[in-house]
Amino acid sequence: MAEEMSGKPYLRPISSEWIFRHPRYLRYMVREFSCLFIGGYTLLLVAGLKSLSDGRAAYEAFLECLRSPASIVFQVLALAFAAYHSITWFNLTPKAMPLQLGEDFLPDAAIAGAHFAAWAVLSLAVLYFAGAF
Amino acid sequence: MAERKVELEVLRYNPETDSEPHFQRYSVSCPEEWVVLDALNHVKETLDPTLSYRWSCHMAVCGSCGMMIDNEPKLACKTFLRDYPGVIRVEPLRHFPIQRDLVTVPDDFIAKLARVKPYLIPKEPRPLEAGEYRQTPAELKRYKQFTLCINCMLCYAACPEYGLIPDYIGPAALSLAHRYNQDSRDGGRGERQEEVASKAGVWECSFVGACSEVCPEHVDPAAAIQQAKIQSTVDWYKEHLMPWLKK
Repeated sequence: MAEEMSGKPYLRPISSEWIFRHPRYLRYMVREFSCLFIGGYTLLLVAGLKSLSDGRAAYEAFLECLRSPASIVFQVLALAFAAYHSITWFNLTPKAMPLQLGEDFLPDAAIAGAHFAAWAVLSLAVLYFAGAF
Repeated sequence: MAERKVELEVLRYNPETDSEPHFQRYSVSCPEEWVVLDALNHVKETLDPTLSYRWSCHMAVCGSCGMMIDNEPKLACKTFLRDYPGVIRVEPLRHFPIQRDLVTVPDDFIAKLARVKPYLIPKEPRPLEAGEYRQTPAELKRYKQFTLCINCMLCYAACPEYGLIPDYIGPAALSLAHRYNQDSRDGGRGERQEEVASKAGVWECSFVGACSEVCPEHVDPAAAIQQAKIQSTVDWYKEHLMPWLKK
Protein backbone atom coordinates (compact mmCIF):
# COMPACT_ATOMS: atom_id res chain seq x y z
CA MET A 1 0.00 0.00 0.00
CA ALA A 2 1.28 3.45 -0.84
CA GLU A 3 2.38 5.43 2.15
CA GLU A 4 1.23 8.98 2.65
CA MET A 5 4.04 11.50 2.31
CA SER A 6 4.44 12.86 5.79
CA GLY A 7 6.86 15.67 4.93
CA LYS A 8 6.56 18.70 2.74
CA PRO A 9 8.33 18.89 -0.63
CA TYR A 10 11.01 21.58 -0.63
CA LEU A 11 11.00 24.22 -3.37
CA ARG A 12 14.37 25.85 -3.78
CA PRO A 13 14.21 29.64 -4.17
CA ILE A 14 15.20 31.21 -7.51
CA SER A 15 17.88 33.88 -7.39
CA SER A 16 19.43 35.89 -10.17
CA GLU A 17 22.50 33.60 -10.12
CA TRP A 18 20.94 31.60 -12.99
CA ILE A 19 22.31 34.21 -15.40
CA PHE A 20 25.87 33.08 -14.57
CA ARG A 21 25.16 29.34 -14.34
CA HIS A 22 26.02 28.75 -17.99
CA PRO A 23 27.38 31.02 -20.77
CA ARG A 24 24.13 30.51 -22.75
CA TYR A 25 22.17 32.46 -20.15
CA LEU A 26 24.67 35.31 -20.23
CA ARG A 27 24.54 35.40 -24.05
CA TYR A 28 20.75 35.53 -23.82
CA MET A 29 20.84 38.39 -21.31
CA VAL A 30 23.25 40.35 -23.54
CA ARG A 31 20.79 39.90 -26.41
CA GLU A 32 17.95 41.15 -24.20
CA PHE A 33 20.12 43.98 -22.84
CA SER A 34 20.82 45.15 -26.41
CA CYS A 35 17.27 46.54 -26.56
CA LEU A 36 18.30 49.38 -24.22
CA PHE A 37 20.88 50.62 -26.73
CA ILE A 38 18.62 50.04 -29.73
CA GLY A 39 15.78 51.86 -27.92
CA GLY A 40 18.20 54.63 -26.93
CA TYR A 41 19.35 55.06 -30.51
CA THR A 42 15.74 55.25 -31.67
CA LEU A 43 15.14 58.09 -29.19
CA LEU A 44 18.26 59.80 -30.54
CA LEU A 45 16.79 59.63 -34.06
CA VAL A 46 13.50 61.06 -32.81
CA ALA A 47 15.40 63.89 -31.12
CA GLY A 48 17.18 64.50 -34.45
CA LEU A 49 13.87 64.73 -36.31
CA LYS A 50 12.55 67.14 -33.68
CA SER A 51 15.62 69.37 -34.05
CA LEU A 52 15.19 69.27 -37.85
CA SER A 53 11.64 70.55 -37.52
CA ASP A 54 12.85 73.27 -35.12
CA GLY A 55 15.01 74.85 -37.79
CA ARG A 56 18.55 75.00 -39.07
CA ALA A 57 20.23 76.23 -35.88
CA ALA A 58 18.63 73.50 -33.78
CA TYR A 59 19.62 70.82 -36.29
CA GLU A 60 23.21 72.03 -36.44
CA ALA A 61 23.37 72.00 -32.66
CA PHE A 62 22.09 68.42 -32.78
CA LEU A 63 24.78 67.44 -35.30
CA GLU A 64 27.40 69.09 -33.11
CA CYS A 65 26.09 67.11 -30.17
CA LEU A 66 26.48 63.87 -32.17
CA ARG A 67 30.20 64.63 -32.56
CA SER A 68 30.85 64.77 -28.82
CA PRO A 69 33.02 61.93 -27.44
CA ALA A 70 30.19 60.62 -25.20
CA SER A 71 27.84 60.51 -28.18
CA ILE A 72 30.41 58.67 -30.31
CA VAL A 73 30.97 56.11 -27.54
CA PHE A 74 27.20 55.61 -27.30
CA GLN A 75 26.85 55.20 -31.07
CA VAL A 76 29.67 52.65 -31.25
CA LEU A 77 28.08 50.68 -28.40
CA ALA A 78 24.64 50.89 -30.03
CA LEU A 79 26.11 49.65 -33.32
CA ALA A 80 27.85 46.75 -31.56
CA PHE A 81 24.71 45.74 -29.68
CA ALA A 82 22.50 46.11 -32.78
CA ALA A 83 24.91 43.91 -34.76
CA TYR A 84 25.01 41.33 -31.95
CA HIS A 85 21.23 41.30 -31.75
CA SER A 86 20.77 40.99 -35.51
CA ILE A 87 23.40 38.29 -35.99
CA THR A 88 22.19 36.11 -33.10
CA TRP A 89 18.60 36.64 -34.19
CA PHE A 90 19.22 35.76 -37.85
CA ASN A 91 21.08 32.65 -36.73
CA LEU A 92 17.90 31.55 -34.94
CA THR A 93 15.59 32.05 -37.93
CA PRO A 94 15.94 28.45 -39.21
CA LYS A 95 14.28 27.28 -35.99
CA ALA A 96 11.34 29.64 -36.31
CA MET A 97 10.68 29.26 -40.03
CA PRO A 98 11.79 25.90 -41.35
CA LEU A 99 10.94 25.32 -44.99
CA GLN A 100 10.05 21.83 -46.13
CA LEU A 101 10.53 21.26 -49.84
CA GLY A 102 9.15 17.87 -50.76
CA GLU A 103 10.43 15.51 -48.11
CA ASP A 104 13.45 17.42 -46.87
CA PHE A 105 13.87 20.64 -44.99
CA LEU A 106 15.92 23.44 -46.49
CA PRO A 107 19.35 23.54 -44.76
CA ASP A 108 19.60 25.99 -41.83
CA ALA A 109 22.41 27.87 -43.57
CA ALA A 110 20.13 28.69 -46.52
CA ILE A 111 17.44 30.24 -44.31
CA ALA A 112 19.84 32.21 -42.10
CA GLY A 113 21.87 33.09 -45.21
CA ALA A 114 18.81 34.55 -46.93
CA HIS A 115 18.26 36.82 -43.93
CA PHE A 116 21.90 37.95 -43.92
CA ALA A 117 21.73 38.60 -47.67
CA ALA A 118 18.55 40.68 -47.27
CA TRP A 119 20.22 42.57 -44.43
CA ALA A 120 23.26 43.34 -46.60
CA VAL A 121 21.14 44.46 -49.56
CA LEU A 122 18.97 46.74 -47.40
CA SER A 123 22.04 48.21 -45.65
CA LEU A 124 23.66 48.93 -49.00
CA ALA A 125 20.42 50.56 -50.20
CA VAL A 126 20.35 52.78 -47.11
CA LEU A 127 23.99 53.75 -47.63
CA TYR A 128 23.26 54.45 -51.32
CA PHE A 129 20.31 56.73 -50.56
CA ALA A 130 22.37 58.43 -47.84
CA GLY A 131 24.88 59.30 -50.57
CA ALA A 132 27.74 57.17 -49.32
CA PHE A 133 28.74 56.07 -52.83
CA MET B 1 40.36 -2.32 -16.25
CA ALA B 2 41.41 1.16 -15.15
CA GLU B 3 39.64 2.38 -12.02
CA ARG B 4 39.42 5.95 -10.89
CA LYS B 5 38.28 7.66 -7.74
CA VAL B 6 35.31 9.97 -8.02
CA GLU B 7 33.92 12.37 -5.44
CA LEU B 8 30.18 12.93 -5.62
CA GLU B 9 28.51 15.79 -3.79
CA VAL B 10 24.84 14.89 -3.64
CA LEU B 11 22.03 17.14 -2.46
CA ARG B 12 20.09 15.35 0.27
CA TYR B 13 16.67 16.21 1.63
CA ASN B 14 14.56 14.17 3.97
CA PRO B 15 11.10 15.77 4.23
CA GLU B 16 10.50 14.11 7.59
CA THR B 17 13.56 15.44 9.37
CA ASP B 18 15.16 18.25 7.33
CA SER B 19 14.03 21.86 7.13
CA GLU B 20 16.18 22.38 4.04
CA PRO B 21 18.45 20.32 1.76
CA HIS B 22 22.18 19.87 2.38
CA PHE B 23 25.07 18.31 0.45
CA GLN B 24 26.62 14.97 1.29
CA ARG B 25 29.91 13.64 -0.12
CA TYR B 26 30.50 10.11 -1.33
CA SER B 27 33.77 8.66 -2.63
CA VAL B 28 33.38 6.01 -5.29
CA SER B 29 35.95 3.94 -7.18
CA CYS B 30 34.69 3.38 -10.65
CA PRO B 31 35.67 1.96 -14.02
CA GLU B 32 36.16 4.33 -16.96
CA GLU B 33 32.84 3.53 -18.59
CA TRP B 34 30.60 4.33 -15.64
CA VAL B 35 27.92 6.99 -15.90
CA VAL B 36 26.65 9.06 -12.97
CA LEU B 37 23.73 6.66 -12.52
CA ASP B 38 26.15 3.74 -12.02
CA ALA B 39 27.89 5.69 -9.27
CA LEU B 40 24.56 6.49 -7.58
CA ASN B 41 23.56 2.84 -7.75
CA HIS B 42 26.92 1.90 -6.25
CA VAL B 43 26.42 4.38 -3.42
CA LYS B 44 22.94 3.06 -2.74
CA GLU B 45 24.02 -0.58 -2.81
CA THR B 46 27.21 -0.32 -0.78
CA LEU B 47 27.46 2.98 1.11
CA ASP B 48 24.10 4.52 1.85
CA PRO B 49 20.81 2.69 1.17
CA THR B 50 18.82 5.80 2.17
CA LEU B 51 19.80 7.72 -0.99
CA SER B 52 16.70 8.25 -3.15
CA TYR B 53 16.56 8.93 -6.90
CA ARG B 54 14.49 7.79 -9.87
CA TRP B 55 15.72 5.61 -12.67
CA SER B 56 14.51 2.77 -14.82
CA CYS B 57 15.94 1.96 -18.24
CA HIS B 58 19.61 3.05 -18.00
CA MET B 59 19.59 3.82 -21.74
CA ALA B 60 18.14 7.31 -22.22
CA VAL B 61 14.68 6.10 -23.15
CA CYS B 62 12.53 6.30 -20.02
CA GLY B 63 13.40 9.86 -19.02
CA SER B 64 13.37 9.10 -15.27
CA CYS B 65 16.91 9.95 -14.18
CA GLY B 66 17.01 13.64 -15.05
CA MET B 67 19.04 15.63 -12.51
CA MET B 68 21.38 18.59 -12.26
CA ILE B 69 24.97 17.43 -12.77
CA ASP B 70 27.44 20.24 -12.16
CA ASN B 71 24.57 22.69 -12.60
CA GLU B 72 23.45 21.34 -15.98
CA PRO B 73 20.25 19.32 -16.46
CA LYS B 74 21.37 15.87 -17.62
CA LEU B 75 20.21 12.28 -17.76
CA ALA B 76 22.34 10.48 -15.14
CA CYS B 77 22.40 7.39 -17.39
CA LYS B 78 23.93 9.34 -20.27
CA THR B 79 26.52 11.36 -18.35
CA PHE B 80 29.96 9.78 -18.11
CA LEU B 81 31.94 10.30 -14.92
CA ARG B 82 35.16 10.53 -16.94
CA ASP B 83 33.97 13.82 -18.45
CA TYR B 84 34.11 15.51 -15.03
CA PRO B 85 37.56 16.17 -13.60
CA GLY B 86 36.75 17.39 -10.08
CA VAL B 87 34.06 16.81 -7.49
CA ILE B 88 30.78 16.11 -9.27
CA ARG B 89 27.82 17.99 -7.86
CA VAL B 90 24.54 16.10 -8.22
CA GLU B 91 21.27 17.87 -7.43
CA PRO B 92 17.61 17.28 -8.18
CA LEU B 93 16.20 18.95 -11.31
CA ARG B 94 15.85 22.66 -10.81
CA HIS B 95 12.48 24.44 -10.70
CA PHE B 96 10.66 21.39 -9.32
CA PRO B 97 9.85 20.83 -5.64
CA ILE B 98 12.13 18.24 -4.02
CA GLN B 99 10.25 15.23 -2.70
CA ARG B 100 13.31 13.53 -1.25
CA ASP B 101 17.02 13.69 -2.18
CA LEU B 102 17.15 13.63 -6.00
CA VAL B 103 13.46 12.83 -6.43
CA THR B 104 11.32 15.78 -7.55
CA VAL B 105 7.56 16.32 -7.72
CA PRO B 106 6.66 16.36 -11.43
CA ASP B 107 2.91 17.03 -10.91
CA ASP B 108 2.99 20.52 -12.42
CA PHE B 109 4.50 19.25 -15.68
CA ILE B 110 2.12 16.28 -15.88
CA ALA B 111 -0.91 18.58 -15.41
CA LYS B 112 0.33 20.98 -18.10
CA LEU B 113 1.03 18.12 -20.47
CA ALA B 114 -2.59 16.96 -20.11
CA ARG B 115 -3.86 20.50 -20.78
CA VAL B 116 -2.33 20.66 -24.27
CA LYS B 117 -4.03 17.37 -25.29
CA PRO B 118 -0.94 15.55 -26.55
CA TYR B 119 -2.76 12.89 -28.53
CA LEU B 120 -4.38 12.58 -31.95
CA ILE B 121 -7.75 14.30 -32.22
CA PRO B 122 -9.11 13.10 -35.58
CA LYS B 123 -10.60 15.68 -37.94
CA GLU B 124 -13.78 13.64 -38.21
CA PRO B 125 -14.92 10.31 -36.76
CA ARG B 126 -13.43 7.49 -38.77
CA PRO B 127 -14.96 4.01 -38.80
CA LEU B 128 -12.63 1.08 -38.20
CA GLU B 129 -13.50 -0.32 -41.66
CA ALA B 130 -11.91 2.73 -43.25
CA GLY B 131 -8.57 1.13 -42.35
CA GLU B 132 -5.35 2.75 -41.25
CA TYR B 133 -4.39 6.36 -41.85
CA ARG B 134 -1.91 6.87 -44.63
CA GLN B 135 0.93 9.33 -44.46
CA THR B 136 3.62 10.22 -46.95
CA PRO B 137 7.27 10.26 -45.78
CA ALA B 138 7.14 14.07 -46.10
CA GLU B 139 4.08 14.27 -43.83
CA LEU B 140 5.86 12.06 -41.29
CA LYS B 141 9.03 14.11 -41.41
CA ARG B 142 7.04 17.28 -40.73
CA TYR B 143 6.51 16.30 -37.08
CA LYS B 144 8.81 13.32 -36.44
CA GLN B 145 11.50 15.23 -34.57
CA PHE B 146 8.95 16.38 -31.99
CA THR B 147 7.81 12.81 -31.29
CA LEU B 148 11.17 11.97 -29.74
CA CYS B 149 10.38 13.69 -26.42
CA ILE B 150 10.78 11.31 -23.45
CA ASN B 151 9.21 13.68 -20.87
CA CYS B 152 12.44 13.85 -18.89
CA MET B 153 11.81 17.51 -17.93
CA LEU B 154 15.43 18.58 -18.48
CA CYS B 155 14.07 21.44 -20.60
CA TYR B 156 11.99 22.71 -17.67
CA ALA B 157 15.05 22.66 -15.43
CA ALA B 158 17.02 24.62 -18.06
CA CYS B 159 14.31 27.19 -18.79
CA PRO B 160 14.67 30.38 -16.72
CA GLU B 161 11.19 31.49 -17.82
CA TYR B 162 9.67 28.43 -16.18
CA GLY B 163 11.70 29.05 -13.03
CA LEU B 164 10.60 32.67 -12.82
CA ILE B 165 7.01 32.27 -14.09
CA PRO B 166 5.66 28.94 -12.80
CA ASP B 167 2.41 29.37 -14.77
CA TYR B 168 4.32 28.99 -18.04
CA ILE B 169 3.23 25.77 -19.78
CA GLY B 170 6.85 25.16 -20.71
CA PRO B 171 8.96 23.64 -23.51
CA ALA B 172 8.11 19.91 -23.56
CA ALA B 173 4.33 20.32 -23.32
CA LEU B 174 4.29 23.06 -25.98
CA SER B 175 6.48 21.10 -28.35
CA LEU B 176 4.25 18.04 -27.93
CA ALA B 177 1.22 20.18 -28.76
CA HIS B 178 3.10 21.30 -31.86
CA ARG B 179 3.91 17.69 -32.71
CA TYR B 180 0.19 16.85 -32.94
CA ASN B 181 -0.70 20.13 -34.66
CA GLN B 182 1.82 19.26 -37.40
CA ASP B 183 0.36 15.78 -37.92
CA SER B 184 -1.70 15.35 -41.08
CA ARG B 185 -4.05 12.96 -39.23
CA ASP B 186 -4.89 15.50 -36.57
CA GLY B 187 -7.67 18.06 -36.41
CA GLY B 188 -7.29 19.21 -32.79
CA ARG B 189 -5.27 22.40 -33.27
CA GLY B 190 -8.22 24.65 -32.45
CA GLU B 191 -8.71 22.94 -29.10
CA ARG B 192 -5.02 23.09 -28.27
CA GLN B 193 -4.70 26.74 -29.23
CA GLU B 194 -6.67 27.75 -26.13
CA GLU B 195 -3.65 26.68 -24.10
CA VAL B 196 -0.84 27.08 -26.63
CA ALA B 197 -1.68 30.65 -27.67
CA SER B 198 -2.59 31.80 -24.15
CA LYS B 199 -0.50 34.13 -22.01
CA ALA B 200 0.95 31.11 -20.16
CA GLY B 201 1.59 29.42 -23.51
CA VAL B 202 4.08 30.26 -26.25
CA TRP B 203 4.01 34.00 -25.50
CA GLU B 204 5.72 33.48 -22.17
CA CYS B 205 8.76 32.15 -24.05
CA SER B 206 11.47 34.73 -24.77
CA PHE B 207 13.59 32.31 -26.81
CA VAL B 208 16.45 31.68 -24.42
CA GLY B 209 16.93 28.43 -26.34
CA ALA B 210 18.28 26.51 -23.32
CA CYS B 211 15.55 23.84 -23.67
CA SER B 212 16.90 22.77 -27.05
CA GLU B 213 20.51 22.83 -25.91
CA VAL B 214 19.92 20.44 -23.00
CA CYS B 215 17.41 18.11 -24.70
CA PRO B 216 18.96 14.61 -24.67
CA GLU B 217 16.82 13.56 -27.66
CA HIS B 218 17.45 16.66 -29.83
CA VAL B 219 13.75 17.48 -29.97
CA ASP B 220 14.37 21.25 -30.25
CA PRO B 221 11.41 22.54 -28.23
CA ALA B 222 12.54 26.14 -28.84
CA ALA B 223 11.94 25.62 -32.56
CA ALA B 224 8.47 24.18 -31.93
CA ILE B 225 7.55 27.15 -29.73
CA GLN B 226 8.74 29.78 -32.23
CA GLN B 227 6.85 28.02 -35.04
CA ALA B 228 3.72 28.00 -32.87
CA LYS B 229 4.20 31.72 -32.23
CA ILE B 230 4.29 32.44 -35.95
CA GLN B 231 1.22 30.28 -36.59
CA SER B 232 -0.65 31.97 -33.72
CA THR B 233 0.26 35.39 -35.11
CA VAL B 234 -1.03 34.39 -38.55
CA ASP B 235 -4.25 33.21 -36.83
CA TRP B 236 -4.64 36.61 -35.17
CA TYR B 237 -4.19 38.54 -38.41
CA LYS B 238 -6.58 36.27 -40.24
CA GLU B 239 -9.20 36.71 -37.53
CA HIS B 240 -8.90 40.49 -37.23
CA LEU B 241 -8.00 41.61 -40.75
CA MET B 242 -9.71 38.95 -42.85
CA PRO B 243 -12.87 38.07 -40.92
CA TRP B 244 -14.51 36.85 -44.13
CA LEU B 245 -12.19 33.84 -44.09
CA LYS B 246 -13.98 32.60 -40.99
CA LYS B 247 -16.31 29.74 -41.68
